[in-house]
Amino acid sequence: MTGWRLTWPRAIVGLAILVALSAALVAWLNVRGEEPVTGAAEAFLATPEQLARGAYLARAGNCAACHTDRGGAAFAGGKGIATPFGTVFASNLTPDAKTGIGAWTSAQFWRALHNGRSADGRLLYPAFPYPNFTEITRADADALFAFLRSQLPVAQANRAHALRFPYSLQASLAVWRALFFTPGVYEPVPERSAQWNRGAYLVRALGHCAACHSPRNAFGATRDSLELSGGLIPLQNWYAPSLAASAEAGVADWSNDEVASLLRTGVAPRGAALGPMAEVVFRSTQYLTDADVGAMTEFLKSLPQVPAHAAAAPAVDKDALAHGAALYKDRCASCHGADGEGGRSAQGVVYAPLAGNRKVLLDSPANLIHIMVNGGYPPTTAGNPRPFGMPPFGPSMKDEEIAVLATYLRAAWGNAAPPVSALDVLEAR
Amino acid sequence: MRALDPLRGLPARAVVLAGLVASSVAMAGSPQPIPDTMAQRTQPCSACHGKEGRATQEGFFPRIAGKPASYLYNQLDNFRSGRRAYPTMTYFVEQMSDAYLHEIADYFAQLDLPYAPPQGKDAPADELARGEALVRQGDAVRGVPACVACHGQAMDGGGVPGVPALLGLPRGYLVEQFGAWRTGQRKALAPDCMARVATMLNSADITAVATWLAAQPVALHGPALAGPLPLECGSAR
Repeated sequence: MTGWRLTWPRAIVGLAILVALSAALVAWLNVRGEEPVTGAAEAFLATPEQLARGAYLARAGNCAACHTDRGGAAFAGGKGIATPFGTVFASNLTPDAKTGIGAWTSAQFWRALHNGRSADGRLLYPAFPYPNFTEITRADADALFAFLRSQLPVAQANRAHALRFPYSLQASLAVWRALFFTPGVYEPVPERSAQWNRGAYLVRALGHCAACHSPRNAFGATRDSLELSGGLIPLQNWYAPSLAASAEAGVADWSNDEVASLLRTGVAPRGAALGPMAEVVFRSTQYLTDADVGAMTEFLKSLPQVPAHAAAAPAVDKDALAHGAALYKDRCASCHGADGEGGRSAQGVVYAPLAGNRKVLLDSPANLIHIMVNGGYPPTTAGNPRPFGMPPFGPSMKDEEIAVLATYLRAAWGNAAPPVSALDVLEAR
Repeated sequence: MRALDPLRGLPARAVVLAGLVASSVAMAGSPQPIPDTMAQRTQPCSACHGKEGRATQEGFFPRIAGKPASYLYNQLDNFRSGRRAYPTMTYFVEQMSDAYLHEIADYFAQLDLPYAPPQGKDAPADELARGEALVRQGDAVRGVPACVACHGQAMDGGGVPGVPALLGLPRGYLVEQFGAWRTGQRKALAPDCMARVATMLNSADITAVATWLAAQPVALHGPALAGPLPLECGSAR
């Protein structure tokens, strides 16, 4: 290559070729695996089995959590999902022809779930968890479509997303998808039982548990290699604990009944579903069949567990501990017991034991602080229709007091977790 | 993905024993007995609304004890459905069934508890007079109905389901509710009669009404409302 020199015109041409090639690659990655969709709205005839199945699957997938706004018509959309990149507004899934999915074909609906592309060809934002829903089977997608088409049509135009530049561009989304999204179907693992595979399908695809319980990278993508290993829920100050760690929310050492109790009733002997998980139980898992809960349990129990590391009891200032103990006696002991043993009414354990409590001991104190500051009730369910609740202590306690009390909870009765500072409380409030 | 089974191969008895030891370490003792009552279940409400919902000296959060059950239920449902906006209340009720909200409303409605002495009797006399006039007579010129026309002569709700008492509430809370109605932050079931009333009043009216109401001793159980309500009210049905 004698005589070849990098000149400005050459650099520009080279760069242009590189950009064009990258764009072509991104474009190709964005349509890979897509089947052609039929052009005109087909006559979609739903069977009664599809309708019943679709209603069940819509609960298993918790569609209403995002697509039904507070006080709004069912599945008519409009709810804002806050993300670090701006707010994404859920769309209208009712069969209104103009503003909903009334003019969609089942193939277009399948493409939205499976490929993350809307009927009009636009790419969908992954706040709609199609990285999980891509594994939903075509038969289940059709059942969901049948069910949604049977709803009352509601004329409610979709709100435009309020995303910051450059996230607002379809081109940015195309690059994101090229990097982080691969369409795929759930491939059963032949060495596993049918029940395990059913559980894996429910957890990974419809249940989209990873949307909260997996860590996200700086671009908001969940990381497959760290499946269900816990993640901070963006902008909510709740940490969705790892389902693959015995020190967090792993259930490998729980009995099947305990797991079923948590998912079906919202309460279990070692703790209750609060915050975002209370919503999941309230709207979704309480309606699952025993067989499906059993399948999810089998799958969750099989997740490889990161063992609990034996934490050395951290050195905590004696005066602070005494202050924390006094606050505990005054504010907490009447429900949680003098020694953190919890409380039991005629309906079972209603105040969680705090000794050995994983919520208390999580490395991240976010959930503990959240619960102390805001309190909360587990959801009302058929199995627990009259829950007991935790009062909010945020209004009556200073950040410093909550920090001292949390530090005490993490050091008393054999508990051993790092202290909590007033700054931690301020950040999590 | 392979399941780890650390216990495979261990004799069953050892596993059971290990489990017992582990659970006894994890649970420092058996949980203490807790009364199976609504008073216990509604402990979280007391953090702001005071012991048994009788309000606190803090001066904002309203008393809920003794309010009509249907009024209380409507408010719980309003928070759940977004017709009223207060994040803490929404957070507490959003995963609750209708049946449980009714039970909570019924529980607080049946509490018949003494009231704290009224506040703010030393407010300016002209402000108190203006407030009393609006409460008792309304303002015929502007078409403002008297408060007592719906809420009863004793301002105890007049025995109409869904209509609350006006006495025993903090002045700050009353002012804020009028403000919320005027801006659409607080709504009731349609037709929203209080939203109409609130938009007829100016801020001096609202301050006067709130000041006078907060300064009155509570006379419980006045006469039932004689005639129909002067406005259509979706929540009083």
